[in-house]
Amino acid sequence: MQELRARVNWTSRVGVILAVTGSAVGLGNFLRFPGLAAKYGGGAFMIAYVCAFLFLGLPIAFAEWSMGRYGGRHGFNSSPGIYRLIWKNRIAPYFGILAMIVPICIYMYYVYIEAWCLAYATRYLFHAMNFGPDSRCYERFFAEFVGLNKHGEAMHTPGEGLLGSAVFFVLMCFVFNFALIYRGLNKGIEWFCRWAMPALILCALLVLIRVLTLGTPDPSKPDQNILNGLGYMWNPVKPGSTFWQELANAEMWMAAAGQIFFSLSVGFGIVITYASYVKKDDDIALSSLTACAGNEFCEVALGGLITVPAAFVFLGPQVVQNPPGTFGLGFMALPMVFGQMPLGDFVGFLFFFLLFLAAITSSLSMLQPGVAFLEEGLGLNRRASVSLLGFITALGSTGVVYFSKDLIALDTLDFWVGTFCLYALAAFQTVLFGWVLGAKRGMAELRRGAEIHLPEFFRYVLQYVTPVYLLVVFGFWLTQNLIAGEGGSNRLQQLVQDPVVATVMIFVLGVAVLFGLFIGQAVRNWRRAEAASEEVMI
Amino acid sequence: MTLGGWVVMILSVGGSTAFLVWCLYKVMSTPESEQHLHGQVDIHTPDMDQP
Repeated sequence: MQELRARVNWTSRVGVILAVTGSAVGLGNFLRFPGLAAKYGGGAFMIAYVCAFLFLGLPIAFAEWSMGRYGGRHGFNSSPGIYRLIWKNRIAPYFGILAMIVPICIYMYYVYIEAWCLAYATRYLFHAMNFGPDSRCYERFFAEFVGLNKHGEAMHTPGEGLLGSAVFFVLMCFVFNFALIYRGLNKGIEWFCRWAMPALILCALLVLIRVLTLGTPDPSKPDQNILNGLGYMWNPVKPGSTFWQELANAEMWMAAAGQIFFSLSVGFGIVITYASYVKKDDDIALSSLTACAGNEFCEVALGGLITVPAAFVFLGPQVVQNPPGTFGLGFMALPMVFGQMPLGDFVGFLFFFLLFLAAITSSLSMLQPGVAFLEEGLGLNRRASVSLLGFITALGSTGVVYFSKDLIALDTLDFWVGTFCLYALAAFQTVLFGWVLGAKRGMAELRRGAEIHLPEFFRYVLQYVTPVYLLVVFGFWLTQNLIAGEGGSNRLQQLVQDPVVATVMIFVLGVAVLFGLFIGQAVRNWRRAEAASEEVMI
Repeated sequence: MTLGGWVVMILSVGGSTAFLVWCLYKVMSTPESEQHLHGQVDIHTPDMDQP
């Protein structure tokens, strides 16, 4: 009997581990992180990345869990409501605009990449992904499939019609996501994913073994070997530049911070919403720490060792230095690895399908902050909230799929929303936790029910180090972009010069205004409810 | 791959693995952890109960 109880206990703890770490695994680990590491030069990026994890990601994750549970105890589940509860100022709930547009706008392009995963998995299932040993065939297929060459190209893949087009898979993913959330079935898929995530990690370990044993696949290109690939990823200094030159790139520091926020789902408004449903004495410290640890393992130990070295070996340093969008590298390099593996089609199918499932759980959670706010602030029911979000995100996703040349719409949203707004929201939440709620009070909330001892160190980090870090990096980035000369990498110039970038940003602004109006109405509703409850008490 | 590269790689991969192992050890060794710990996937949002 005792033995049976011990086994049940152990199984449920494994279940908890899978639930906690599984939540953190997504497209950011295997696709976005390698893309950024390659773009900003591997080793130098890793230094910015580790600093961002220690001084931004981890402390802000603690702050969000803490503020979320604090808000939930006082009856609020949405970011605007929680901000208003913590900061008794008229403008406080309007910072919630960022917490609404960040997950919603990220969803608009996230679903597109989710669709690439589903499409690749389907093609592997039907043995339609093996293009031989020539890497240019894989590059060409990816470019045509996602429409890298001209706007609207993603609507069809030559010779394969609608079924081979990216837009068909986007539609499937969109319908699948909204059907699950509309019918309230996302818990079912999330239960399934709890067991699918360890399978994804196992599959990634198999792929990792194959990548590390690639050697020099093409003897005519002896420099493109696995050791040089690992060197490209991890060497702190690249040929032709100095260590300090590489570290002086402010956009790299901002991108590293953005990646930490993106993959930990910190600064999204997601954690704060989910944490508001946690019970008063549940542990949030070890929960968030374990989720962060699971995420970092998948990102650094798996994502960092697989995609960039494989891309270097098969595609060469030119492609790795200028990857097609932040997410594209993995879709061009990994099929080459699967092509060189026994049971490559099966492993390819498994990898992309499990990645698709991981992405589904992430995209469903991106809709929850919006749903929670529309229900709480405007009194809509779940289905009406989901329908409204469905309409807004469908418009945005259509733009992302159509304006596909150089993945310009996706890249614009990924930088301005997925990095810049995420950064701004994280900065606001840090100040809210450290200076408005009060770091001492916030830490007390965090420590309630905690299974681990959290050192006082984090209080000072959250109060002083994190805000200063965010401010300094932002200041440098702004200076570099304002005084920088011509060139596509200047994000501020791009806003004025490129009509597609401007259109995308006008759309984002429109969504922000819409949610500003919704928040205004929600504040009026909350005030009315508070006045009514005061009258009852009198 | 330079010596610096090996150092950055070993520290990054080893550090992230050790961090995960430590967290898993804490979860497994904490009494009744399954009742107090939560991941996003197992947090119940009450609006799901709506018909």
